[in-house]
Amino acid sequence: MTKIYFLAILVSIYFLSAMSSCQSGEDIKTAQYAVNGQKIYINHCKNCHGEKGEGLGLLYPPLTDVDFLTKNRERLSCIIRNGLNEEITVAGKTFHTIMPANETLTDIDIAYVLTYITTNFGKQDKIFSLEEVQQDLINCK
Amino acid sequence: MVNLFHIRASVVLALAALGISSCQSNTATLPIYGQREPVEKIVDGKTITDTLYHTIPAFKFLNQDSIYITDKNYDNKVYIANFFFTHCPSICPTMNRNLLKVYEQYKDSDQVYFLSHSIDFKYDQPHVLKEYAHKLGVSNDHWNFVTGSKADIYGIANQYLVYTAEDKNAPGGYDHQGYLVLIDKQKRIRGAYDGTNDEQVAKLQKELAILLQEK
Repeated sequence: MTKIYFLAILVSIYFLSAMSSCQSGEDIKTAQYAVNGQKIYINHCKNCHGEKGEGLGLLYPPLTDVDFLTKNRERLSCIIRNGLNEEITVAGKTFHTIMPANETLTDIDIAYVLTYITTNFGKQDKIFSLEEVQQDLINCK
Repeated sequence: MVNLFHIRASVVLALAALGISSCQSNTATLPIYGQREPVEKIVDGKTITDTLYHTIPAFKFLNQDSIYITDKNYDNKVYIANFFFTHCPSICPTMNRNLLKVYEQYKDSDQVYFLSHSIDFKYDQPHVLKEYAHKLGVSNDHWNFVTGSKADIYGIANQYLVYTAEDKNAPGGYDHQGYLVLIDKQKRIRGAYDGTNDEQVAKLQKELAILLQEK
């Protein structure tokens, strides 16, 4: 009986450690995506949205509004790929400046840069996977 | 031409040396840029040689309030000039973000003014410039955003020693340099700083303070 009990503990330790290592594997992947995303951000986004995602006046919206990023998560890939020409409210302010399309960015580039933006400026910890980006891009209006 | 360059280079060096030596006595002066030529003048019956410096010539442009702005508006004033266009996707946002920092520092002072020329003479009409200025956060008339004919704007850019060109291959359709050009009270060029480079902008802020000490 003690043996079985001991075995059960060992098995649960194994599963728990597997789960936690799986978690940290995901963390590493998120960090890798964010690092790659930073390079893309500097080349394609920083000019308007600023080094820290602070935006510029009422010309370019900040990328630090967690509420906006969460509510519009499924649209973000489409906005990067196709640009945006509509009035939006970010961080309590109204913006309507035409954002150009970024047709040269691949699906994985978009996953990288969105991971960088949402984890760094948006204080989230969830990765933008390639699959998520591709699924969102199919649904672009 | 080589000789002229040599002369200019040595003048710049001499001025730089002067700058270094005067730095020690806390009275640094900024160099004067552009072409220069000697002129002979008669003062008190004696012929002396004076230097004629390059100055920004007369101009007349329409600003964001549809008011004509001329060189007279800048008589006896220090100002910073640059070239941009409102829907520029490349260097302009960073350049104007940085110039805005300087503006916020001096906007309530009568000492420093700002003059941004749009090189998109087709699209950037006064009302477009007005909206841009407002959205950027410009709250008074110390910073003018001006438009003019292509010849006038591109012509004056040459006078500020800034490269501008219409180029359909450039992002947004226009190619230009992102210099912030510092002009003194006599309309002479005293500095040019890359508006997209933080260190250069810090240098502009430092040298602007030096220029303001000049009588």
